Amino acid sequence: MPTKIEKDVISGRETTGQVWDGLRELNTPIPRWWLYTFIATCVWSVGYVVVYPSVPGLFGYYHGAIGYSTRVEVNSQVASIAAIRARSMDRIEATPFAQIASDPKLMAVAMAAGKITFANNCQPCHGAGGGGRPGFPTLASDSWIWGGKLEDIQTSVQHGIRNEDPDARMSQMPRFGVDGLLKPVEIAAVADYVLALRGANKDGTDVTAGGKLYAENCVACHGEKGEGKREVGAPNLRSAVNLYGTSKDAIIAQISAPRQGVMPGWNARLDAATIKSVAIYVHSLGGGE
Amino acid sequence: MSDAAAISETLRAPLTYNEDVVRKFVVAGMFWALVAFLVGVYIAAELAWPEANLGLSYVNFGRLRPVHTSAAIFAFGGSVLIGTSFYVVQRTCRARLFGGEALADFVFWGYQFFIVMVALSYLMGYTQGLEYAEPEWHLDLWLTLIWVIYAVIFIGTLLKREEPHIYVANWFYLAFILTVAVLHLVNNAAVPISMYSAKSYAAYGGVQSALIQWWYGHNAVGFLLTAGFLGMMYYFIPKQADRPIYSYRLSVVHFWSFVFMYIWAGPHHLHYTSLPDWTQTLGMVFSLMLWMPSWGGMINGLMTLSGAWDKLRTDPALRFSVTAVGFYGMATFEGPVLSIRDVNALAHYTDWIVGHVHSGTLGWNAFMSFGAIYYLVPVLWKRSGLYSARLVAWHYWISTLGIVLYISSLWVAGIMQGLMWRAYDAFGFLQYSFVESVSAVHPYYVIRWLGGMMFFVGALIMVYNLVMTVRSPSTRRAVTGYPVGAIAAGE
Repeated sequence: MPTKIEKDVISGRETTGQVWDGLRELNTPIPRWWLYTFIATCVWSVGYVVVYPSVPGLFGYYHGAIGYSTRVEVNSQVASIAAIRARSMDRIEATPFAQIASDPKLMAVAMAAGKITFANNCQPCHGAGGGGRPGFPTLASDSWIWGGKLEDIQTSVQHGIRNEDPDARMSQMPRFGVDGLLKPVEIAAVADYVLALRGANKDGTDVTAGGKLYAENCVACHGEKGEGKREVGAPNLRSAVNLYGTSKDAIIAQISAPRQGVMPGWNARLDAATIKSVAIYVHSLGGGE
Repeated sequence: MSDAAAISETLRAPLTYNEDVVRKFVVAGMFWALVAFLVGVYIAAELAWPEANLGLSYVNFGRLRPVHTSAAIFAFGGSVLIGTSFYVVQRTCRARLFGGEALADFVFWGYQFFIVMVALSYLMGYTQGLEYAEPEWHLDLWLTLIWVIYAVIFIGTLLKREEPHIYVANWFYLAFILTVAVLHLVNNAAVPISMYSAKSYAAYGGVQSALIQWWYGHNAVGFLLTAGFLGMMYYFIPKQADRPIYSYRLSVVHFWSFVFMYIWAGPHHLHYTSLPDWTQTLGMVFSLMLWMPSWGGMINGLMTLSGAWDKLRTDPALRFSVTAVGFYGMATFEGPVLSIRDVNALAHYTDWIVGHVHSGTLGWNAFMSFGAIYYLVPVLWKRSGLYSARLVAWHYWISTLGIVLYISSLWVAGIMQGLMWRAYDAFGFLQYSFVESVSAVHPYYVIRWLGGMMFFVGALIMVYNLVMTVRSPSTRRAVTGYPVGAIAAGE
């Protein structure tokens, strides 16, 4: 189509003279403010490039007029926070538990540190306030597997349970069913006995056989009356708080092929004072001894 | 044009365009829009109420999220882009599509096949783990074939054009087609585990992989969701407004500055990471310099309406297109602001980013598509007009309100998350645990879900209106003839 420059009545501008499918373009000059703002952003960017690390070269890069580095920035921010923490955390590390408890100010810091550390690290498994979940022990009760004194909790947090840490708490319950140590009938009988220990033998099932098997196989760790033994991490079988369920089926499953949860050791991730604070916080949740 | 020229023009053999493939893409586009919005609403519900994942791996957030993004960007956006580009390039070149019907149909069916296979592979758990480039290598190869044929058809049509010049919309479509091809090839470089395995290893590792990924990711936004849609804008807004483009000169300058600046801006997605500081700086300054080149398109879109603003009252479809340009302007201002290091320190990894993306995708991309499709359906199906302008108005207001709810709730949620994550107490410990920031945003997630739901309802109204437009006797055209613009085609 031949070029024909037309005048647009409404804007008073001329068209470029081309038409595509009825579409025309005005030859309006570029708005000044657009151009100036564009140039301004370019000028500002050149300035920023001079000040900050920017242009790469063959052997490294231009570091900028003020020597800025995100690495330096983050290190200095971390250092300044660490300095604030150190004021009280150094004292927590150096002070025995008993003395911390008698120093309200120090106790307040330990609780604050313990609370946030617990929420970000422990809560995903142990639940808010240490409420626990199936397979993850409740920390807000006195039904401790490995002990509820401050020092016990501290050790559990430091080294964890059943992991690569040589000082981790270790315990292993035999797989009575899978490894053929007990027959299915016998396991069921033991489960009945355990239910009876819990006072849950409502229909008066005869548990003599189960009791005999219990005495032969379970007593060494779980104790005469199923009260458990903390030295070997054997849970109290009569506790209302139960790790893997209290139904007969759940007990049979646990005797047959025990699930044995793992907890990481936190030594590598948290410093000594923070772990101490976590222990104080956990101790305060309701079950501390 | 002299009378003689006009007569000879009219007497030329009538030229018919391939509108069949455009119709197919319009139908597919609307279908995928519904899929994308529905899945989006569902995963928004999963975020607000995690039980909504029903414990099924097939519908958990991790698998459905790429289904949502790919359905929105590539299935809905892609179908609308390819369809409108076929429509626009034919009319503004006065040439039928290069390669004939079969080739164009192959692009259509091949592309739809790609989308379906991609969605299935996500549900089965296959992913490359690259955002917006999740499909595995065999699907990437298939898309490469389709894309090359698409490019051949588009460029072939440009080459055999009857018009002396190439219309501005086609510059943007071409930039979109070529750049997406390059992005796709480079970011998807991978070595399959074996010829018969759907899994592969990426060609890049570590920070190189991250940089290439965000060079890809950001330019997918830049060239698919921005350049391609600017192509649509440059055709449909002047068409709907029946006004000339505001400034040819601005379109030249903003086109070239836009394509040059955009390609470098990707590193702003990797502020404060192991990406070298100098690369972060360059990504940031190019993002800032991109502000005006982006706004050039907004100015040309809005100013084209000067002298035709009254049409907004009578043409609700134009309202979509113009509002789209408004959201475009907002998102392309917010983008450079977010790219500034210190702003990014607050906003990165928060829901502010999700809100920013949706102000662009819902406000700009979807609204631009709606405007174009409302225009196209009566033209393509030869109807006198839309079935109901009232329903378009309902769609417009419900969707707009939905977007406002969506982005404002995520502004609040995102800024709150950013502030909570960086707050320290007097002893130097974090003020809030992460999970506290999760429960704090719950109400805003509910509002966001509601906003998305409204957007989905709006799209349902649209589909009903379009189906009725095609079906209802009331829109049957009394007089044969095309609406404005079609006359030049000689029909």
